[in-house]
Amino acid sequence: MGDMEAFRAEVRSWLEENCPPEMRQPLASDKEHVWGGRQWEFSSEAQRVWFERMVEKGWTAPAWPVEYGGGGMTPAEHDVFKSEMKRINARSPVSNFGFWMLGPALLKFGSEEQKREHLPAIARGEIRWCQGYSEPNAGSDLASLKTSAEIDGDHFVVNGRKIWTSYADRADKMFCLVRTDPDAKKQAGISFILLDMESPGVSTRPIQLISGESPFCETFFDDVRVPRDNLVGELNQGWTIAKYLLTHERDNIGGEPPGLLKGRDLAKMALEAVGADENGRLDDPMLRADVARLEIDAMAFRTLVEHTRAKAEAGEGVGARSAMLKYYGTELNKRRYNLMMDAMGGQGLEWESERTHGGRYAREWLRSKGNSIEGGTSEIMLGIISSAVLELPKG
Amino acid sequence: MILNEEQQMLADLAERIFADKASVDTLRAIRGGSHGQDYDHELWQAMVESGLTGILVPEDQGGMDFGLVSAGLVAREVGRRLALTPFLSTAVLAAIAIGRGGNDEQKGRWLGSIAGGELIAALALDESAKHRPERVATEAQSTGDGYTISGAKTLVLDAANADVLLVSAMLDGTPRLFAVEAGDAGVATTPVVSLDTRSMADVRFDGAKAELLDGDANALDAVLDAGRAILAMELVGLARAVFERTLGYLSERKQFGQRIGAFQALQHRAAHLSVEIEISEAMAFQALAAFDAGAEDASLQILAAKARAAETARLASAEGVQMHGGMGMTDEFDIGFFMKRARAASELFGDANFCTERFARAKGY
Repeated sequence: MGDMEAFRAEVRSWLEENCPPEMRQPLASDKEHVWGGRQWEFSSEAQRVWFERMVEKGWTAPAWPVEYGGGGMTPAEHDVFKSEMKRINARSPVSNFGFWMLGPALLKFGSEEQKREHLPAIARGEIRWCQGYSEPNAGSDLASLKTSAEIDGDHFVVNGRKIWTSYADRADKMFCLVRTDPDAKKQAGISFILLDMESPGVSTRPIQLISGESPFCETFFDDVRVPRDNLVGELNQGWTIAKYLLTHERDNIGGEPPGLLKGRDLAKMALEAVGADENGRLDDPMLRADVARLEIDAMAFRTLVEHTRAKAEAGEGVGARSAMLKYYGTELNKRRYNLMMDAMGGQGLEWESERTHGGRYAREWLRSKGNSIEGGTSEIMLGIISSAVLELPKG
Repeated sequence: MILNEEQQMLADLAERIFADKASVDTLRAIRGGSHGQDYDHELWQAMVESGLTGILVPEDQGGMDFGLVSAGLVAREVGRRLALTPFLSTAVLAAIAIGRGGNDEQKGRWLGSIAGGELIAALALDESAKHRPERVATEAQSTGDGYTISGAKTLVLDAANADVLLVSAMLDGTPRLFAVEAGDAGVATTPVVSLDTRSMADVRFDGAKAELLDGDANALDAVLDAGRAILAMELVGLARAVFERTLGYLSERKQFGQRIGAFQALQHRAAHLSVEIEISEAMAFQALAAFDAGAEDASLQILAAKARAAETARLASAEGVQMHGGMGMTDEFDIGFFMKRARAASELFGDANFCTERFARAKGY
């Protein structure tokens, strides 16, 4: 038996023994996601048990080094681990922006003290992080951000306003892009800092979306004092980290976003909702054609994702390819939700009914519209492809 | 897709041969020739010499037996260079029809000649303007020691240059493949000058002497799969080539005092197209690999690949003409040839609508 097969067997038997059956069901809604953090309350015993066992094992952050609270897995082991988790449909025991974004940033750019302070706390689910990037006047043009951090002795004094900070109202800490040199060229005067959301002068306001949900906030800073030790990387070099993380974020979004349609067969849903004609074909020929076109595009897109992943694993640079995947993947997801609404008819119009679990069709359809906006709009992605892949002339 | 060493060598070989031999000038010369049914003999000779005509022929018959992914690498070059060549009809369709549908004696008689470039074969399936391979009115009749067939076929690629015609005809209520000598007295070939200068003809059979391919009776399914898969690769190659030319034009043509590729209205369309091409190419490779692996859903993947490649080539050539402006409308610029070939290659063996509909059926909805 090869090393990897032994590892697989070990992971498999541990998961079989330790993953509660309730944690092998898909999330019924976003509300069942375990975010962790100081104020976290588990909604079930199974959730708590699963979380604690995985934390103890270091498998909440499987690929991080053991000394920082991770599982110390090699990339090959991590792949095996992921496939074993997927095999039993195991839910993620805990995740938040600390796992997705800050962790990778600290591993690459953080000081030893910062790694030791923050990574284990993330891995143990003790601290829930949020991301402070966009501002009211710095969306697609992120580098024009204005939230300022002036040096005052051992501290930065932060003033300004962030927007689209996911769950800022429930997060414990924020990693944040601030302007530390107002006179430099715009990308050159930005720093990456960490701040506690309980600091005096921080306030948040949830933003209600068209879906009726409020996953995002505005965050205000009024003379917030942040220790200078909380600077990640060099002063005025934050843009490098931001760019690294944006690419990282896009890679994640290039996959299938979570939600109602994840792993579900659109054609089957349509067949159940609309019915079949005497030949067993979807009894709406135009919808049938649209569904088939979408399924073909989705099959082809998955192929490109797999090929890109294989190339990355073989050590070939993926680079701006991630912009291609982000662009097409999110547009495809929006198409899927449009067709789901076409298929569901009247049920898609229900906003608060029991049979639609509180209007999930309508709400998730509306939420999907944001896919091609967050993490860089489709238009920004096309711009990146034009310049970085096609090398078209600059305007 | 990551190619293996053998495939990578073949890709390089094919690229070298086609870069050296195939050019749009040859296409123009053949178009201007007397009967408009010719193919590029010099290119074909080079393909014979390097073994590409035997790419799907088993080694014991003198071929290379490389599989459909490798044949697809050649087809991509065919599309890229708009080559006029009987590669599809002979080296792919006939090789698979005989290789799967023929008995041992028939394989021995024909496959070696295909690999050796001594035989050109054409496949006659369609009987109407739209591809409907199961609608076969052509009938076979037993004569005791053989068969005769009668009926009319259309859209037959390379019929005017073929030595042997492989024909679908009804036998006891099922469509089977028969071989007919192109020179048989019962065969009447009427060449049709085609949109893209590919050799195309209507063929009538009137009691023509025919030989049943009496190996695997389901060979026709494999032939259809292979035809669609190879055309998908041809379309992907074509889309890439027309896109490269268009990118070149965007980077060079100036209006309003700047290069037109600097205009965002064009940049975003070009970027979108580049993504479509990447996705269609990935799908095509994957589908060919599925065919080679004998995967259960190979036909489904091939339908997806052909549908996507046809749409992508249509978009690439339409954007090519539009972005070349007035020059794109001229016969002097090559760009129009890509649009013509894209139309033809999309139509053959089922257009995007056909493939999409069959995809839905195969998926059970």
